[in-house]
Amino acid sequence: MALPPPLTETERRFLTDVAQRVVDCAGAVDDDRLEDWPEHFTEDCVYRIQTREAQSKGWPIGLIHCEGRAMLRDRVLAIRHGNVFDPHTYRHVVSAPRFAPGEAGTGPKLASRHVLSSFNVTRVMRTGESTLFAVGTYDDTFEDVDGQWLIRERLVLLDSRNLDTLLVIPI
Amino acid sequence: MDTPLPPATPEARAALRWPEEGLARVPFRTYNDPAIASAEDERVFRGDTWNLVGLDIEIPEPGDYRTTWIGETPVIMVRGEDGAIRVLVNRCAHRGAMLCLSREGRASNFACMYHNWVYSLDGKLQSIAFKRGVRGQGGMPDSFDMTRHGLRELRVDRIRNLVFATFSPTLEPAAQWFGPRMVWSLERFFNRPIELIGGYTQVLPNNWKLYAENVRDSYHASLLHTFFATFGINRLSMDGAVEVSERGGSHLSWAKMETDDAEGTDYASGGLRSMRDLAIEDRRILRSWREFPDGITHMIQTLFPNVFLQQIQNTLAVRMLVPRSIDRSDLVWWVFAYTDDTPEQRRARLLQSNLVGPAGLVSLEDGFIGNAVQRTTRGDQGHGAVVEMGGHGVGPERQSRVSEGAVRGFWQQWRGMMGC
Repeated sequence: MALPPPLTETERRFLTDVAQRVVDCAGAVDDDRLEDWPEHFTEDCVYRIQTREAQSKGWPIGLIHCEGRAMLRDRVLAIRHGNVFDPHTYRHVVSAPRFAPGEAGTGPKLASRHVLSSFNVTRVMRTGESTLFAVGTYDDTFEDVDGQWLIRERLVLLDSRNLDTLLVIPI
Repeated sequence: MDTPLPPATPEARAALRWPEEGLARVPFRTYNDPAIASAEDERVFRGDTWNLVGLDIEIPEPGDYRTTWIGETPVIMVRGEDGAIRVLVNRCAHRGAMLCLSREGRASNFACMYHNWVYSLDGKLQSIAFKRGVRGQGGMPDSFDMTRHGLRELRVDRIRNLVFATFSPTLEPAAQWFGPRMVWSLERFFNRPIELIGGYTQVLPNNWKLYAENVRDSYHASLLHTFFATFGINRLSMDGAVEVSERGGSHLSWAKMETDDAEGTDYASGGLRSMRDLAIEDRRILRSWREFPDGITHMIQTLFPNVFLQQIQNTLAVRMLVPRSIDRSDLVWWVFAYTDDTPEQRRARLLQSNLVGPAGLVSLEDGFIGNAVQRTTRGDQGHGAVVEMGGHGVGPERQSRVSEGAVRGFWQQWRGMMGC
């Protein structure tokens, strides 16, 4: 296995831009500005939460499957008004992004590149208990919409098949 | 068979004193008393019960295996060279080390990593490292009989795709034990070849019995789960009932609700009307088709002690509950579909999957509600749950869904096995 090629200046700038998108998106969730969360995605986005096991077995069904920003807004509406749960928030820690293996230096088309970022999500219950809730990778592609890189497709790939209690706030 | 046994220990006997209201009460200590949990492992999980261990399609080829637990006991479900499915206790007969650490895999034999005792797929002890010692020194004594140190093999029975195992040498076959009505529903679920399209393990922070009750309790559905009511999605229930098995512990809850026609046209023109200001924007997740000729759109089935089957519109799943400690249970989900699905049907199942499971808009509350009870039960002070909706008994055989008859049925069978 060879090391990935050195990044071009364009690639470096792209990764810097999308890194900002990824942490801003996580920040909207962590700061309980959930209404802002769908704005980080394109209108025809796909957002899925899936386990690594499901991916390796080719199972289509994961934990969440949203097509389009409207479904993301519906999730937020359900959190605010439709679902009942023990109040809690998240705190994301997200790594620097990298191109998926084999995709660095593959040409000028940045919009088709898969960008991977690792995350840890701690769940903080309103009663005070903090626990590690989810560990995994964002597998994102982006689209340039009026000069802004928005998330066009996000696969939230969870390393474990175990999910504690329930998943209501998006990762 | 099925005769009540005396409680195992004096501690369990004291803990299992039941209130005089009988099935209409459940002492809170049943969810948190270690003496009860230990008696339960012996009487229920290692007693006269058929426990689900997996699905046959998970292990299609000889050597394929999958590990799980029956109560506190680790087991391996494995397909042998002869094609037969066996269930072996996942514990080396030598020093007790767990043999298979993986959740699943393919093996030609089971070799213990500790001292390399090797077992064949049918659990027989094949070889022992240094059995004859080294250069004539050491080794096992001549009296050591390899045939007496195999893996413990459980009795296995299958109903359609479900594989069950029991520790009991005498329990009647699974189909008889669950009864004809329960088998009718399993034959309906598994009426043709299936394939897995999803799976995950939901870790529930509560005693397993709180979840077992929750699924048998159709009374809570429209009260705890407020998604449909909040968004004014009116599901007109035309018909439905709860049926409790003869022994009490298993049940069916079914309903027929309006669905789209088979072509799956605009669902909003069906039985759905938004009656409030709050509405969801994208209704594609609600699009369903009439899957079964009997018109039943919702079928929830439980099999005592640890199995749950689900048809919620077009989402189909098997769930298996594994008690991991007194206040933690693993709910293992298999999401399945029929192999002859059309691409449109597969797509509808994918979009509807947003409604169910640990992140399901309609029912995610079930993940934490058991814990809401669990955390109050430590200082029970003799208190218990009141279970009187629909009367004090288990029957009638077919009853309203606003009833706790199936919850009382669960406790009837559990208490019979626990001798209390």
